[in-house]
Amino acid sequence: MENDLVLEIPTDVRSIQHTVEYVMQRCRTCEAYQKRLHLNFRVGLTEALTNAMLYGNEHDPSKHVRVEVALENGRLEARITDQGGGFDPSAIPDPTEGDNILKSGGRGLFLMRQLLDEVSFNDRGNQVTLVLRLEQGTALEGGAQA
Amino acid sequence: MGFQVSQNGDATLVEVEGQLIVGNRQELKQRVLEQLEGGDRKFVIDFSSTGYIDSSGLGVLVSLSKKIREQGGELRLSSLNEDLRTLFELTKLDTLFRITDTKEEALVGF
Repeated sequence: MENDLVLEIPTDVRSIQHTVEYVMQRCRTCEAYQKRLHLNFRVGLTEALTNAMLYGNEHDPSKHVRVEVALENGRLEARITDQGGGFDPSAIPDPTEGDNILKSGGRGLFLMRQLLDEVSFNDRGNQVTLVLRLEQGTALEGGAQA
Repeated sequence: MGFQVSQNGDATLVEVEGQLIVGNRQELKQRVLEQLEGGDRKFVIDFSSTGYIDSSGLGVLVSLSKKIREQGGELRLSSLNEDLRTLFELTKLDTLFRITDTKEEALVGF
């Protein structure tokens, strides 16, 4: 994948929304798809960054999260990598089933899977790739690495 | 981004301005628990000025609802925009809370 945007951000939950807004702004030509971008992609990216900082890097400010975003052939792809030991995504229970609905956690991955067209992990479990399908002809503004 | 807390009769109204996310969820929890410890039992959290709630914010609402119910109280939610309603529906949290279109509606009969 040739990346249109690459960010290395420190583990600081206060930077999550700023990062998400920055990525969204870079995809100005996606405006025709505001609904899917504003809800689906925004939620997915926010949850992936939150998981990476809280559970992957375990709040450690010396660790970073790498964000790679690419848009090609109407396929908006975000790859988020933390410096943690990884986790088993299949071990996360469905938060909508039974008493799980009364638990305070466990909804981030569920929302990603509900709102993105594809969600996949590397074998180690410290990298998630989110894909949102737009239509062909869209591109990220700029294109230079940030 | 912040929380405005006011009293409306017996009910405590908390208005969330901006976002309810991992960065400020603990502040909301603290504000509501202080009111709960002070004897308040009826709570309305209004989202008419809220652009976004992440899963951490949803989790805090679930946690607060449990604690308020344990004390014999109730937490109602109001004024969710279309995107926020979608998040509640996807996670089925719309079945856990009484959600009204306006804060006035939530406060009626409380």
